[in-house]
Amino acid sequence: MTSLRPRQVLLGLAGLALFSMVLFMVWNAKGAWDFVLPFRGRKLWGLLLCAWAIAVSTVLFQTVTGNRILTPAIMGFDALYQMVQTLFVFAFGGFAYLTLPAELRFLGNAVVMVGLSTLLFRWLFGRHGGSLHLLVLVGIVFGVLLRSLAGLMQRLINPNDFVVLQDAMFASFGAIAPTLLLISTIVLGLASLVILPLLPQLDVLLLGRTPAIGLGVNHKRTVSLVLGVVAVMVSVSTALVGPVLFFGLLAANLAYLIMPTHRHAAVLPAAALLAVIGLVAGQAVLEHGFGFDTALSIIIEFAGGLVFLILLLRGGNR
Amino acid sequence: MSPSLKLGLGLLAVLALSAVSLFIGVSDVSLASLLSSADEDRPMQVLLISRVPRTVALILAGSGLAVCGLIMQMLARNRFVEPSTAGTVESASLGLLVVTLLAPGWPLFAKMLVAAVFALAGTALFMRLLAAVPLRSPYMVPLVGIMLGGVIGSLTNFVAYRYDLLQTLGAWTMGDFSGILRGRYELLWLSAGLTIAAWFAADQFTLAGLGEAFTTNLGLNYRRVLSLGLCIVAMATAVIVVTAGAIPFLGLIVPNLVSALMGDNMRRSIPWIALMGAGLVLASDIVGRLIRFPYEIPIGTVFGVAGSLVFLWLLLGRRRHFD
Amino acid sequence: MIRIAGLRKSYGSTLIVDDVSLTLPAGGITAIIGPNGAGKSTLLGMISRLLPMDAGTVTVDGLDVTRTPSDVLAKRLAVLRQDNHIAARLTVRDLVAFGRYPHAKGRPTIADENKINEAIAFLDLGALEHRFLDELSGGQRQRAFVAMVLAQDTDYVLLDEPLNNLDLKHAARMMQLLRRAARELGKTIVIVLHDINFASVYADHIVCMQAGRVAHQGQPETIITPEVLSLVYQLPVRVELIDGQRISIYYQEDRTP
Repeated sequence: MTSLRPRQVLLGLAGLALFSMVLFMVWNAKGAWDFVLPFRGRKLWGLLLCAWAIAVSTVLFQTVTGNRILTPAIMGFDALYQMVQTLFVFAFGGFAYLTLPAELRFLGNAVVMVGLSTLLFRWLFGRHGGSLHLLVLVGIVFGVLLRSLAGLMQRLINPNDFVVLQDAMFASFGAIAPTLLLISTIVLGLASLVILPLLPQLDVLLLGRTPAIGLGVNHKRTVSLVLGVVAVMVSVSTALVGPVLFFGLLAANLAYLIMPTHRHAAVLPAAALLAVIGLVAGQAVLEHGFGFDTALSIIIEFAGGLVFLILLLRGGNR
Repeated sequence: MSPSLKLGLGLLAVLALSAVSLFIGVSDVSLASLLSSADEDRPMQVLLISRVPRTVALILAGSGLAVCGLIMQMLARNRFVEPSTAGTVESASLGLLVVTLLAPGWPLFAKMLVAAVFALAGTALFMRLLAAVPLRSPYMVPLVGIMLGGVIGSLTNFVAYRYDLLQTLGAWTMGDFSGILRGRYELLWLSAGLTIAAWFAADQFTLAGLGEAFTTNLGLNYRRVLSLGLCIVAMATAVIVVTAGAIPFLGLIVPNLVSALMGDNMRRSIPWIALMGAGLVLASDIVGRLIRFPYEIPIGTVFGVAGSLVFLWLLLGRRRHFD
Repeated sequence: MIRIAGLRKSYGSTLIVDDVSLTLPAGGITAIIGPNGAGKSTLLGMISRLLPMDAGTVTVDGLDVTRTPSDVLAKRLAVLRQDNHIAARLTVRDLVAFGRYPHAKGRPTIADENKINEAIAFLDLGALEHRFLDELSGGQRQRAFVAMVLAQDTDYVLLDEPLNNLDLKHAARMMQLLRRAARELGKTIVIVLHDINFASVYADHIVCMQAGRVAHQGQPETIITPEVLSLVYQLPVRVELIDGQRISIYYQEDRTP
């Protein structure tokens, strides 16, 4: 009987997500379907990928780190991505970077990201895993450092390279190239496939390291694998829309709140669906309802910051 | 070496940095060119209109922010608090934005006062939050402040976005001294006055940091000391945000470094904190001007790298110091 | 049977466990006692492969714990340590169900559900089954964790101070329950205890540690003596025979002449 309720909730969420997608596609279309459908369809696809990547990576990250206020973004993962991008342009020059095939660029970025973020993570959690608050603070300051470093390097490269870089880092939804969408879809799909067989282990990881080992989970291997997936997903979402600090936090915590189970098989899709609803419906309403264009991220930051403060002050996490 | 001799050497170092700051720039200003030219000639004009104001502004902002950080750390009894980790900077920016929208014609001084009022309200809110919740670790205090700042900041962003002022906003939150000219920095002298006031009230802040009961027991009016401290901080922060833009973590790392070097006797350390704040800001600005000459890199970016590195070192390397 | 040979562990320059060799018999309750910092919990951690060892070997029924795959071991040996912090909101039943993970791998069968029910009943948690862990008292939560470990249904159960957070009644009941588990279910229970009287009354075998080494081991009669305890705990301890139980008295300065 207990397995029925999560399914109902998921179905409800899926319905809402579908409704938001339809809303996004047809609102204010004014009959110009030939133009609107492919244009908005591409935009929608980008939003869906993002929602999926951000929500899933946040839930995975929180399970592995055993808390509910840290997110990859707060720990500076997306700043790391920007930093890597800047480094590439810095090292190879804008033109050379641009002439590389998009697939190769993306792959190179992802590989470096996975390597660096694993190092960063090992270092942080290996030595300072004791205090959650210290960890978050270090993560935030690290983010400032990486962003400043990226900013510094961006000013050191020549202006033409800088334009290349800006395009690479902040592809707006309207302008996402079909190839990038395709690559992102494939990469996200593969990353998700890696996670699929790990779902039961992930549930056990909720108990924390020691009990999980006691129950026979290969903790180190599982955690490394999951973190690799998180790094890939963060790269994808950052490549698509740039950094969003708090969105994952919102989606993940909302999912914990409304799902009547802790199982990842239910919580992960729930978080992703919530993210879809938030992003797609939010974008539709802001764009067509109010005529704002990029304000969504600002509103998300506001709400996310408040939720973070509340979580922090309520202190449900140790 | 006697303490006053050391202080003298520190002062000399800052003076040397100031001299370097005076003579760096696209326009050729050197001692020789100054001596060989008349007052109305170009080198002298550049020196008086741009270089001197810039250098003075750097010194005033640096020492002011560092001392602000110290006062806040005393009052919040936490080593990681400073204007940018307590919502102060973000509140001041919000105030400045609001007054720019509602009363664009007001003089800079009036705008600065409005920003100061907002900064005061934001910092007071932060202190209330701290008092209201049990703090389970020293790291929670700056976290709460940074998040509060983030929430206020996104509100500010939204307003700025609605009214197309995002770029203006960027100038306040990202420290940059390249636009400082004669006639556009003099408000900073106010921050110098506030810094000196803080020096006189130093002992009281130390006591207030020990808590209300403790302070009252010693016959001091806790609320008055607290308010005085917060007012100084809010005013100084507002002045700096209005004139040059905030410099992240400066107020955090300078008092910590000085405390590591010479302990926590406030009266003795305040001059050092002011000196070191000025020196670091001068040095960062000089680096920003030289690194990609003739272009300038804003001090906010340069110090963002240096400041966060030192902050990380304070957090991770010297942890025992704070436990 | 658990065989420990030449086990060693140090943190930095401090030796925590110093060349421990030991055989723990199969069946019954083995209590590990000793003053703070004697290395009890570290020893337990290494036996249960939660902590890496610097030197030495541990075998459980002939399986080397460092080489045997973790999931194979999890069907033989269950372990519960102190300070179990969980960020997720789980119900008591959710938690106990995790004990079946080594067997079910996330797909519980009817047999698994039965084991879960048994463990819940064994610890008298039926009324709390659907409550969330964060709504429970410390003692109730502790019982829920023990139920999880029992649901794991292993021959060996290792517990690190399971009486923490329990009041007198629940502590006594927990020990009775562990004894029942040993007698009726034939389990081998290894338990780190602070309360030497519980060890004396309930254990079949006692290992007494001091400064990283095994100072004494044997049947309770040979360990619970004024000579051994006074020396190990550096405190005058008197032992009285009350109703056939050896009870240590150390609450006041020794007033016997």
